[in-house]
Amino acid sequence: MAAVSNGWHPGLRESATFDRGAIAEIQRAAREGMYDIRGFGAKRPVPHFDDLLFLGASVSRYPLEGYRERCGTDVLIGARHAREPVKLDIPITIAGMSFGALSGPAKEALGRGATEVGTSTTTGDGGMTAEEREHSRELVYQLLPSRYGMNPDDLRRADAIEVVVGQGAKPGGGGMLLGQKISDRVAEMRDLPIGIDQRSACRHPDWTGPDDLEIKIEELREITDWRIPIYVKVGASRTYYDVALAVKAGADAIVLDGMQGGTAATQDVFIEHVGIPILAAIPQAVESLVELGMHREVQLIVSGGIRSGADVAKALALGADAVSIGTAALIALGDNAPEHDAEYRAIGSAAGYYDDYQAGRDPAGISTQEPDLAARLDPVEGGRRLANYLRTMTLEAQTLARACGKSHLHNLEPEDLVALTIEAAAMARVPLAGTTWIPGLVASP
Amino acid sequence: MATPEVIREAVRSFDLAVDSVRELNQALHRDLDGGRVVVRNPGGGHAVAVGLDAPFEVEIEGHVGYYCAGMNKLATVRVRGNCGVGVAENMMSGVVVVEGSASQSAGASARGGLLVIHGDASARCGISLKGADIVVRGSIGHMGAFMAQKGALVVCGDAGESLGDSLYEARLYVRGSVAGLGADCVEKEMRREHAEQVRELLARAEVDDVDASEFRRYGSARRLYNFHVDNLGSY
Repeated sequence: MAAVSNGWHPGLRESATFDRGAIAEIQRAAREGMYDIRGFGAKRPVPHFDDLLFLGASVSRYPLEGYRERCGTDVLIGARHAREPVKLDIPITIAGMSFGALSGPAKEALGRGATEVGTSTTTGDGGMTAEEREHSRELVYQLLPSRYGMNPDDLRRADAIEVVVGQGAKPGGGGMLLGQKISDRVAEMRDLPIGIDQRSACRHPDWTGPDDLEIKIEELREITDWRIPIYVKVGASRTYYDVALAVKAGADAIVLDGMQGGTAATQDVFIEHVGIPILAAIPQAVESLVELGMHREVQLIVSGGIRSGADVAKALALGADAVSIGTAALIALGDNAPEHDAEYRAIGSAAGYYDDYQAGRDPAGISTQEPDLAARLDPVEGGRRLANYLRTMTLEAQTLARACGKSHLHNLEPEDLVALTIEAAAMARVPLAGTTWIPGLVASP
Repeated sequence: MATPEVIREAVRSFDLAVDSVRELNQALHRDLDGGRVVVRNPGGGHAVAVGLDAPFEVEIEGHVGYYCAGMNKLATVRVRGNCGVGVAENMMSGVVVVEGSASQSAGASARGGLLVIHGDASARCGISLKGADIVVRGSIGHMGAFMAQKGALVVCGDAGESLGDSLYEARLYVRGSVAGLGADCVEKEMRREHAEQVRELLARAEVDDVDASEFRRYGSARRLYNFHVDNLGSY
């Protein structure tokens, strides 16, 4: 049989098990003897917000008028213990991403964009930079296992503290900033020599388990005079229990990151095979909070694959108080932009596929410490793009909420949702569209 | 009648059987001039004298729980008793002296200042150390200086298993036996400048019955600084 011009002909049959991707990875591993480390989040298909639909108002419910009747978007985070909780105008926050993983201009752009629309941004492994503090109205300061750059002065300058236990891309894993991204400034902030691989520990150096965590949170409150909220961030895995234990330990807010959540550098095998989708995690977290009488008292901030206002609205309808974006925020700044396609191809990738954040050669100037590359990102322009994107998502979420007759995004509820697939129905605990069936739940008599 | 010294230096006193830890810490945070403070009946309380940012001289008369003197800056904190987990964690500067023994993770990720433990320290003493110096008059448990980056750990007694595992640039000095070295930690030559550093740290710690020449030095072999598959057996 004659092959067609691209080499394929009808007699060729690709194995579903050993497909071209699997074959290429075996060949790469055999050649290099090393697992693949990359950035971005899980790329495999998993049940997600796309598998849910809203039931718009009709005869049994009435909608609100678009552009006329108000649909609130504000959220207050951390009033459980803190004298100064975080007040946000929109329920979409910027997730923790480090200076080191990201360039200085990228961090500044995130702060500018978030501040323009009245939301918060978050530091990352490596400490707080002056740029991000200056340009972020609300800045959440992460306390990570590595404690790189941890400084009580920055703690007191923060608007909230986030104790990071894990992240969705790698629940149970630490981090790695490869030597090529360790510039003089990054090395100085992290107290390590230039050019060596910087391992971020997977466990905190001075506490283990929920009882210790309670005392750690007490210490952080004492240091900051009980002024600012303390969040606890977990990767989605045993979510029901993790949330209950974090609440018991005294968290003011829970940050829950699903497996689609991004990373700057993690083993591909970890990204794709550990943790659960955010869709499956939110109902577990809400169940835990409701049982403890803490739903809406301890705020739930969810992340991992949030792309649009539809995702925001669905996450909030399932019971979250706010969402967090990381990967999407970088894309808004210019990550994976088509204008860099030729340069992406020159380093073995392409626009739309680029995930080598660990390599520090980002043509968009975002995930790099190379001064020439970093200078390509204009923080003012980047901030404007991020603000545009955040406004668009907020408008989209409001549109959906009004269609469901809700005068505030927080009035969305699971009753507004149905699922397109049995899997999504079971995970999100909403009925399969057109039925009353929620797999896994015993039907009421 | 008070002596002239006492008149010149007013002493503030807190009784944690009556006052709360929060009252103590908030009072210490309000006053940026420092001064002498005595804390009685600590009762094993957690987070005692944390987040100080002024040249206080705090004396704690008894045992404390977790994170005593956590994130200390400028202050001198003396504990006349034992300490729980994470004493002087993330200390930036100043001096913390424990007259008794300390539980695990003493001086965790401390970036500056001096931590002195006159008794023993438990596991993970100096874990993730980032520039502070630690002197332990007694012995330390396992995993001492795990992933320690900068600073010095001086142990006058013995060290437990896996000393200096995954060490970066911190310097470790042990006078007694070492039960075992962790990954990438090796014994190194004790040169004159190292003996001088030990002598200086012992003097600052007011440990005057130990000879600096009796110590051995341990540090990173720097073989694991950049991942290489040939080192797989070490990970």
